[in-house]
Amino acid sequence: MISVQRMSKKVNGRAVLENLSFDLAPGCIHGIIGPNGVGKSTLLQLLSGVMKPSSGEISLAGVNMPDYSRKALARRLAVLQQGGLPPAGFTVRQVVEMGRFPYQNWFGDEREDHSSLIDFALDSMGLTELSNRQLDQLSGGERQRVALAKVMVQEPEVILLDEPTTYLDIGYQVQLLDTVRQWQRERGLTVVAVLHDLNLASLYCDQILVLHQGGIAATGSPAEVLNAALIREVYQTEASIVSHPLTGTPQVLLQPKKQETVRLFEKVK
Amino acid sequence: MLLLAVSIVGSLSIGSSTISFADVWGILWHQLPWIDDADSHWSAGEIAIVTQVRLSRILLGVLVGACLGLAGAGFQGVLRNPLADPYTLGVSSGSSVGAAFLILFGYQAVLGEWTIPLIAFVTGTLTLLGVFFLARSRGVMQIETLILSGVIIQSFLGAFVSFMVSMSDDVINQILFWLMGSLAMKSWADVYVVLPCLVIGLPLLIAYGQALNLFVLGERHAAHLGIRVERTKLIVLIGSTLLTAAAVSVSGVIGFVGLVVPHLIRLMVGPDYRLLIPLSAIGGGIFILWSDTIARIALAPKEIPLGVVTALLGAPFFAYLLYRRKKGQEGFL
Repeated sequence: MISVQRMSKKVNGRAVLENLSFDLAPGCIHGIIGPNGVGKSTLLQLLSGVMKPSSGEISLAGVNMPDYSRKALARRLAVLQQGGLPPAGFTVRQVVEMGRFPYQNWFGDEREDHSSLIDFALDSMGLTELSNRQLDQLSGGERQRVALAKVMVQEPEVILLDEPTTYLDIGYQVQLLDTVRQWQRERGLTVVAVLHDLNLASLYCDQILVLHQGGIAATGSPAEVLNAALIREVYQTEASIVSHPLTGTPQVLLQPKKQETVRLFEKVK
Repeated sequence: MLLLAVSIVGSLSIGSSTISFADVWGILWHQLPWIDDADSHWSAGEIAIVTQVRLSRILLGVLVGACLGLAGAGFQGVLRNPLADPYTLGVSSGSSVGAAFLILFGYQAVLGEWTIPLIAFVTGTLTLLGVFFLARSRGVMQIETLILSGVIIQSFLGAFVSFMVSMSDDVINQILFWLMGSLAMKSWADVYVVLPCLVIGLPLLIAYGQALNLFVLGERHAAHLGIRVERTKLIVLIGSTLLTAAAVSVSGVIGFVGLVVPHLIRLMVGPDYRLLIPLSAIGGGIFILWSDTIARIALAPKEIPLGVVTALLGAPFFAYLLYRRKKGQEGFL
């Protein structure tokens, strides 16, 4: 679906990403992980088309990124940003309707009536009751749900998620990713998610791409990628990998430095 | 719209020389070319007051107000800054430097009849760039920093205009005109300067109404929904600056119109720019009309500068907005 060829990106003269090449298969959830400052969000912005690579090419569905008009790109690809929507005076319904912008002409009209689509999005995000509330009266978690409903109304083929769970508690994190996955499976969408939490990435992603020092350290399924050696190399920390009791996917348990572990263990004894 | 019509009629009838409501209408009626002049019983003076003095002044006021209201809505939308307006951003003062220079030193027709608005537009744009440059730190513009930069530049340029006026022959009235604005001693020629700019600016900003709605969510959100962010910003900023320059070229610096009007409209119809923009034009017209009527009659036969009236109304409103912002009750945009 997305193909990246020998792509490099410099920010303020410093090379953030160097000579990346990879393909993201359609109909999968792809996770991008890596330590802070490795360029995960930069990569996502490059994939979304708002930032241009310094060299190399990115293509979406076989078409080179610069050949899309902004609106045509927005009909294919939607982005859920970190931190969600700002407080604003618009109602929930008005904001969700804005997701139709890429389909509207200069007068803001659309050929077909799309109100049932908006109702459906509001309903599936549990926002029907809130639809006439103003955005600035909602909590952060509710605003993130509004942002996702807006993305749904955009009817994209590809969704990019930029650390979507950052400001959410664990209940909302799971709820959000469950919703995304259910929707992804129903429509056969391609999802690319930058995730901080390795365990969430392992639970929800079909494929994982690990960024390290401006390049790709590993790609593959969570079971192939997440192992103690890789985590030591990329994050400079020791971790134990266990298998999730229900799903069987690898889960990362962090551990404090050796001596302290031993000391703690002795105390307990 | 109806309110605007009522305001025009009301304001036409009020003035330092008393002409009755019925007479004003009669005079106007007889100005229509296809009406027979037979029963005309008004003096030439009365007719001149109504058509030459009041009507042109009122129309000019409506147009200037519409320009400033629109420019305010445009600046607020694209900068996502509830405190922005042509005056607080310094664009008005910037335009007045160019216009005042031409008029005071007799260059007003170097490039034909469009010289003044054109140069006012150029100096206004340069001022806006200067304010942005001052306000920008590490790529972001804080709302308050931007306004602070605007106020600094505005007072500097105001002093500069006063200095230029001092060097020319007729002093006090002119300084007052450029710093506080006025619609006195204006003619139909001035109407024809403002009108074309409004005819360009109004549809331009209306066309970008939905784009400005998406800007409320943030530039990144707008980009992801298919908006060419940089182009939209450039066009709306240029359009708003053009409207400001047109208004300033004929009426001097009239403050706070672009601040007060869009906020009042927002309170009435909500944050949707597709409504906000046309209604700000109408609201600006009404606001200036009544402010100017107050300016004309409050101390008649003396006139108060128009900018004094709008500042007396607008500055407390500005303070109120700042206070609400400080308390963290956002949602203006």
